[in-house]
Amino acid sequence: MKNIKIFTAFILVLFGANVIAASSNVKLESANTDISDYDSLKRGAKHFMNYCSGCHSIELMRYNRIGQDLGMSEDEVVSDLLYAGSKSGEKMKSAISTSASTKWFGGTPPDLSLTSRSRGVDWIYSYLKGFYPDPKRTFGVNNHVLANASMPDVLWSLRQSKSAEAFDQDVRDITNFLDYVGEPAKLVRVDLGIKVMLFLAVLLVLSYLLKKEYWKDVKYGKWKAK
Amino acid sequence: MDNNKNWIDQRFPLTKVWNEHLAEYYTPRNFNFWYFFGSLAILVLVIQLITGIFLTMHFKPEAGLAFDSVEYIMRDVDWGWLIRYMHSTGASAFFVVVYLHMYRALIYGSYKAPRELIWIIGMVIYIALMAEAFMGYVLPWGQMSYWGAQVIISLFGSVPVIGPDLLVWILGDYAVGDAALNRFFSLHVIAMPLILVVLVFLHIVALHTVGSNNPDGIEIKKNKDKNGIPKDGIPFHPYYSVKDIVGVVVFLMIFSAVIFFAPALNGYFLEHANFVEANPLKTPEHIAPLWYLTPFYSVLRAIPPMFGSQFPGVLAMFAALLIFFALPWLDRSKVKSIRYRSLPYKIALGIFVVSFVWLGYLGMQPVTPMNAFLARVFTATYFGFFILMPWFTSIGQTKPVPERLTGV
Amino acid sequence: MSGQEIDLKKRRFLTQATSVVGAVGVGFVAWPFLSTWSPSAAAKAAGAPVDVDISKLEPGQLVRVLWRKKPVWIFRRDDQIISDLKTLESDLADPNNEQQQQPEYAKNPTRSIKPEIAVIIGVCTHLGCSPTYRPEVGAADLGGDSWKGGFYCPCHGSKFDLAGRVYAGVPAPTNLVVPPYHFVNDSLIRVGVDPQA
Repeated sequence: MKNIKIFTAFILVLFGANVIAASSNVKLESANTDISDYDSLKRGAKHFMNYCSGCHSIELMRYNRIGQDLGMSEDEVVSDLLYAGSKSGEKMKSAISTSASTKWFGGTPPDLSLTSRSRGVDWIYSYLKGFYPDPKRTFGVNNHVLANASMPDVLWSLRQSKSAEAFDQDVRDITNFLDYVGEPAKLVRVDLGIKVMLFLAVLLVLSYLLKKEYWKDVKYGKWKAK
Repeated sequence: MDNNKNWIDQRFPLTKVWNEHLAEYYTPRNFNFWYFFGSLAILVLVIQLITGIFLTMHFKPEAGLAFDSVEYIMRDVDWGWLIRYMHSTGASAFFVVVYLHMYRALIYGSYKAPRELIWIIGMVIYIALMAEAFMGYVLPWGQMSYWGAQVIISLFGSVPVIGPDLLVWILGDYAVGDAALNRFFSLHVIAMPLILVVLVFLHIVALHTVGSNNPDGIEIKKNKDKNGIPKDGIPFHPYYSVKDIVGVVVFLMIFSAVIFFAPALNGYFLEHANFVEANPLKTPEHIAPLWYLTPFYSVLRAIPPMFGSQFPGVLAMFAALLIFFALPWLDRSKVKSIRYRSLPYKIALGIFVVSFVWLGYLGMQPVTPMNAFLARVFTATYFGFFILMPWFTSIGQTKPVPERLTGV
Repeated sequence: MSGQEIDLKKRRFLTQATSVVGAVGVGFVAWPFLSTWSPSAAAKAAGAPVDVDISKLEPGQLVRVLWRKKPVWIFRRDDQIISDLKTLESDLADPNNEQQQQPEYAKNPTRSIKPEIAVIIGVCTHLGCSPTYRPEVGAADLGGDSWKGGFYCPCHGSKFDLAGRVYAGVPAPTNLVVPPYHFVNDSLIRVGVDPQA
């Protein structure tokens, strides 16, 4: 009886609780990213370097790590990721200087290394798609997801030149890439987890049989109830 | 081999301890699911100690370096991400296990005479654990680390007369900053673990002095056979060692599932806001401690400011914690286990559990008029459980308690 | 199931099987912990190869760069120095590079890929001080006419020739270490990476 009460209370909590996520009231579109899609990640990396890295750093990431994780050759890393003068083991800083960014944008564009973990992939996806014309703003655009964002609509050229689906895929690729950047270990931990669970399942069977064997003493043997 | 054993036994009570506390320590034969959590708590303590040691090899306890050093562990250190997730998941797992462990004591009356001291030491462990977890969460120096610390530590500032000076003394500065981070690091890595290990040792010594309780709440030492062995007892080793191993494996499966498939548990175990570095100039929209501290956070928020001070809320929060110490003396029933308790008691316990869980949930939510109202209601029922206990444990019909263990 | 007799064999088997699988599990868990001690990506990045431009390196001139936190000397030897190296063999402890203090491609009389360019780690093989560059032939405090130029370690008096080979009878036991390196082109040396193929 008591157990049912506890269980009910627990379920109420679990289904009711909507924990401290990005608690803004904007409706976000689902990003539908697939982190196991390495081609998407590679495209996203290229797009990021082309459209984002001019202002945004992803300082917690190293070039050669991306190369290793996504199966890119040294040449591909050099051609698609590296700025001239950078080494592949270095952290990915942006080209912009603080004084320039303050002058043009009123502040430093934030580092994006952990944005996928603090705001989530749906937020990033919706944000990149959320620009709309607004003559009152410095760059002529505003954003549905982040009102009065200081950022210009850097992807407008992609949107002009492609179909809606193709553009969505580009944004999805960038989002996917940022999801990976937020937690590179995500590429490996699920597979590893499955192996761990299988191993533990074997151990569970063995240890359970062992327990049952010894407890024969307690059920029928020398330690049975008197 | 025997020669070696004798050599040691002449100089160290190895065999004596082995027998007294394992091979000839007689435990009730009817331990059920609720009895896994003591050994699991020890397991999680060991996991936290070992993963903590290895994290400390790479973590930098300085305000400008701490946040990045955690990401360094996550990315640049080989397998660092796994150690980090084991530690963060372990912290929450510790409280899951400890709450279930305490709940067992509640339903089977394991806090009642002659086990009051085990309960008291256990409560001290619980408080030490909350302090340890709180300080540990500050270390990554994310937004929630910083602002959570700011909110909770500033409560000390509300103490009448000495508050402001006390606050500055605790922080070593005029606000949460590098000084606080450094001293929390020392306390979290060295002082509190030592204290916890000693307390756990004392907890087990106290337990073994009296012997374990059981789901029927009867004292097995009352019925011994001609060899002095309790008739309802079986040696802990090998029977409960082998059973606890199964418990360990099941625990590890759940533990691993979280670590490998959902380490942040959607914000329950690693909060979203903590992936942003601490910014003293920008308060997050919503400050909340991790789930295991939220029941008491709820009580704190439920009490409105009185006479311009937050102090009543602080007092209530500590009272909610300290009142547990009084449990052995508030409970006037002769009956230990819920199996034989009166209906009023079962209802009261049910209300208490619901209140505790709801307070926990509300502590994670922003304050709204409805939430504030509910928090007050459940704070009242929470305290009511303890305050009214001398009454409802004296009324109603208890069931006759058997002489010997049942269901075996 | 009377269960009066214990099946000892089954018990032993299950205990052993569980213990073995458990031990394997412990091994699996220990591996990541031990791995966290290997150089992190940060350490590896800091230890990355160093490029040195030698297009302006004069004979006798010595350039120092830091590679993996150690000083590496790069200097140009003229023909006189290279021929003098042969005359010193009787004074040296290991004139033929028997000890493994250099990569295979530097196991030659000049301990280098090109005889005129020396690449040597400037850390004394005795206790780790960095010796001073004493190229001046005939230096009075280093043996007068018999000194054909080399390195002198001020800490305990060890002496090395201009190929980094250690003199006999000094505290240092072995020749100075030659790091992996190669010529990217005639004017660029990359310290830290062996030549390809």
